[in-house]
Amino acid sequence: MEVGFLNAAILLIIGISTWIIARIIYVIHRSSKPLYNKPPGPLSTLIVLGSGGHTAEMINLLAVMQMDRFKPRYYIAAATDNMSLQKARVLEDSLMDKVELGGTSQFMQIYRSREVGQSYVTSVGTTLVALTHALWLMIKIRPQVILCNGPGTCIPLCVIAFFFKVFGIRWSSIFYVESIARVRRLSLSGLLLYKLRMVDQLFVQWPQLKSKYPRANYVGRLM
Amino acid sequence: MSDANDSSDSKKVVFVTVGTTSFDSLVKSVDTREVKEALFKKGYTHLLIQMGRGSYIPTKSAGEDGSLSVDHFTFSSSIAEFLKSASLVISHAGSGSIFETLKLRKPLIVVVNEDLMDNHQSELAEELAERNHLFCAHPNTLYETVSAMDSDSLVAYQPGNATPVAKFIDRFLGFTDE
Repeated sequence: MEVGFLNAAILLIIGISTWIIARIIYVIHRSSKPLYNKPPGPLSTLIVLGSGGHTAEMINLLAVMQMDRFKPRYYIAAATDNMSLQKARVLEDSLMDKVELGGTSQFMQIYRSREVGQSYVTSVGTTLVALTHALWLMIKIRPQVILCNGPGTCIPLCVIAFFFKVFGIRWSSIFYVESIARVRRLSLSGLLLYKLRMVDQLFVQWPQLKSKYPRANYVGRLM
Repeated sequence: MSDANDSSDSKKVVFVTVGTTSFDSLVKSVDTREVKEALFKKGYTHLLIQMGRGSYIPTKSAGEDGSLSVDHFTFSSSIAEFLKSASLVISHAGSGSIFETLKLRKPLIVVVNEDLMDNHQSELAEELAERNHLFCAHPNTLYETVSAMDSDSLVAYQPGNATPVAKFIDRFLGFTDE
């Protein structure tokens, strides 16, 4: 009896692990390919904002996107950063004047894994807090599209989105635009997402980076 | 109209910006006698320093004795107006102020902060300097850069375009243009 139970438990664990690995491989394989023949309608979109230069670059991209295709929109910025959400609000207010574009956006703040200058040792604890908070926000939002461009805040969100795909909770298309400030090397965020294949599409803004990271897309500078 | 021209001819402002933090070694370098004299020789009359949270306070000067007039402040909600009225901008290497200045087509010297832990910022300044859109300096080489610079040698920056990325994302998601 006992041996039989143990065997069943081992089989179950092997079965689940195999399923998870198979799902991870499928998600990685499927992610880089176009998603819909024709989307059923507007897609809920999570926009991760960073500090100063990152936010300016993101707003610059949002300004040319057809926003009626991406709604409702959820903006997330670091809890210590008030300027970025302010800039997003200005953009959303300008959309309100146009037809049916605005009105459905939400603004949220998230704890950062690591503040500028914080030591790598203490960042272990803060990372756990940030991860839990990110998970809570992601369960609430469950976005279909994620747009991010560099700040470390996007890492936990993208990792969670990836596992939502693995476990079939929500399929999201993740787009990462590397900052124009990165000319020769990807940022740590960009490198992680590229190496772990967690993004659907990664854009770089300099040809040097495209030749170094062939799976990245280069379609010119954004700024 | 002629009044405006007269005043812009007589007043040539150098605007220095350190961004949202501090960059004392830049402010110190700008405040040295040799850099101020070099700027004055180049025809600049006013030096305005946005010094952020820095602890080094530059010496103010009214500039009456035939030298550069010097003034400073910590922060401003928008530096756009200062950039617009400047004849030369000396900036930290953050991409925000670099592109804001380039889009206004102002001569720009970017000073790289060597004290930053993750110094990727020099990448952008060096690349844009290679393309002659700006001059790139370090705090201790600012004097050489100022005395050797010829702003006519700079090439105007053609702003990029985010539309190709937006179109790429649309195509990937299956949104087609009518």
